[in-house]
Amino acid sequence: MNSFESHRGKIATLDRANIDTDQIIPKQFLKSIKRTGYGESLFFDWRYLANGKPNPDFELNQPRFKDASILVTRNNFGCGSSREHAVWALVQYGLSVIIAPKKGETPAFADIFHNNSVKNGLLNVELNEAEVDEIFQMTGRYEGLEATVNLEEQRVTLNLPEEISFHFEIDRTVKEHLIRGLDEIGLTLRHEKEIDAFEKRHPSDSRTLILRSSDMPG
Amino acid sequence: MGKTLFDKIWDPHVVSERDGQTLLYIDRHLVHEVTSPQAFEGLRLAKRKVRRPDLTFATMDHNVPTEDRENIRDEISKAQIEALSQNCREFGITLFDLKNENQGIVHIIGPELGLTLPGTTVVCGDSHTSTHGAFGTLAFGIGTSEVEHVLATQCLVQKKPRTFKVEITGRRSPGVTSKDLILKLIGTIGTAGATGHVLEYTGPAMRELSMEGRMTVCNMSIEAGAKAGMIAPDETTFQYIAGKKFAPKGKEWEKSLQFWRSLPSDPVATYDRELTIDAGQVVPQVTWGTNPGMVVDVDGVVPSPGQVPGLARTDHERALEYMGLKAGTKITEVPIDVVFIGSCTNARIEDLRAAAGILKGRRVSKRVKVLVVPGSQQVKRQAEAEGLHKIFLEAGASFRESGCSMCLGMNPDQLQPQERCASTSNRNFEGRQGKGGRTHLVSPEMAAAAAIEGHFVDVRRWK
Repeated sequence: MNSFESHRGKIATLDRANIDTDQIIPKQFLKSIKRTGYGESLFFDWRYLANGKPNPDFELNQPRFKDASILVTRNNFGCGSSREHAVWALVQYGLSVIIAPKKGETPAFADIFHNNSVKNGLLNVELNEAEVDEIFQMTGRYEGLEATVNLEEQRVTLNLPEEISFHFEIDRTVKEHLIRGLDEIGLTLRHEKEIDAFEKRHPSDSRTLILRSSDMPG
Repeated sequence: MGKTLFDKIWDPHVVSERDGQTLLYIDRHLVHEVTSPQAFEGLRLAKRKVRRPDLTFATMDHNVPTEDRENIRDEISKAQIEALSQNCREFGITLFDLKNENQGIVHIIGPELGLTLPGTTVVCGDSHTSTHGAFGTLAFGIGTSEVEHVLATQCLVQKKPRTFKVEITGRRSPGVTSKDLILKLIGTIGTAGATGHVLEYTGPAMRELSMEGRMTVCNMSIEAGAKAGMIAPDETTFQYIAGKKFAPKGKEWEKSLQFWRSLPSDPVATYDRELTIDAGQVVPQVTWGTNPGMVVDVDGVVPSPGQVPGLARTDHERALEYMGLKAGTKITEVPIDVVFIGSCTNARIEDLRAAAGILKGRRVSKRVKVLVVPGSQQVKRQAEAEGLHKIFLEAGASFRESGCSMCLGMNPDQLQPQERCASTSNRNFEGRQGKGGRTHLVSPEMAAAAAIEGHFVDVRRWK
């Protein structure tokens, strides 16, 4: 995984709440056994017409959002299916940052989607509703608007003459993970002795029944 | 301070803690063909092994055809299914494949094989892993990177979720099912209403549910955004588990019972959030839109934009357009083309019995195509032993082999554009059951009655 420090790129907006992972990448593309090749199929049902041509009404097909790398959308992005293919598709399409609003106490991103994003270096930025509304407005007003997302400083800055920037909160370990591009399995394996020790005491301590190999089917 | 059911499972599974992150031990890892190939490939590339193949169990369910399973015509599906067989051989994992008598939807076979046990942690690369929480299990869905992490380490790095108690008081009226209770909850708190939380369902209306009914409730916890859903184990749970293939036996059973009886939340335990729903006020539910939170009472109408709290007007209008519905239309006047009775939500034997109870001695409407897909080979055999398959066939429905089928249409069972389906599954997302298809989520009883009439009916008043 590449490390994430600061990203500058063009903003695209998608004004819909509750975008589920079935929309991000429909089922027919989950049959692949590879980790690549999903970018073309991102938002497939919205992005292409029945004849396979790009749907001109779909936001990401509009010239003003060409080559955008920051997607700004609404609450509960990535809900539904656990498919990590959704994150692979967003990243392989060319997106580096997704920005969405917290709505009251409701987090901006669905849990599993958020976890999958971290593993793939896709930064999820949670702002409040008024801030996201402002980005929507500014993106509508200034064609080709870019933003700089600085993870170290936890700040989104719109690249305008008048400085508009927003601070965002992020979990400390998620931030470190993204900045350093860590191999999480490698890190956990450094704790192998603790896992060994845990396994020795676990069946008796919790009386969780661990299957014996003799119980295994033929 | 007392401990919740969640605490009593989480705490003893903590391997280590650092910086607010927990290394959590996983007791059962269930694997299927769609979200695992890249994880196995990752292991190969890094020259890693599966740490506990004895705690890892696999089946094939998402891609599998429900007719003629010997000849899978979709070459890409076939390759994915074969990749799982190959990976299980290479890494020494038990696989319930298409020839196995225990094959079925991963969340149906876990419980019916006794792999799902109270007090344990269960994960699977599938969001509906929350199903297993019905046993007093901490069970949640993970992505493929996490699947690889569990394969390699039998652990997951987790941040402790918050807890959310949902007490369901009162008694359900006849015709109201566990599906209606969970749809009502999602309609009340929204599809992100429980994000970051583990739901614990309590109260008399939960206690009186069968294990099948409890699994339906926990299954759809993810549709409210929850990390997991769980229900404390009780005598109903123990009766279900007793004698199952992998369940503890003899002395181990007695020891297990003692442990399991200690799991229910302490009376003084506190939760981060709490909500109460009166089951007596719940009526059969039908979704009208494109997520499970867009749901109304069967005796209601399709709501108008601006009427639904928290739903933006534009999102509401888009949902109506996609669904081909006009605001104000009575739900019972919405005609349907297809009925799907199946999925990890509602394809257990009790669901099939409920549907058969409605269909017995009747014929489905000429305009409706009806698909009954048992959740597993065990469910299928049981249904056949009880003669349910004959009821379905005589009513004009088709009765198939087990798998996920039209819940997500990765196999040939798909809706055509604009086809409208009464479905016992869990997601009414755009295109979920087939591109352009329109899904209404309902209980098995509601689906079966709609199959006969060709439109939705209120099963409470229908004869």
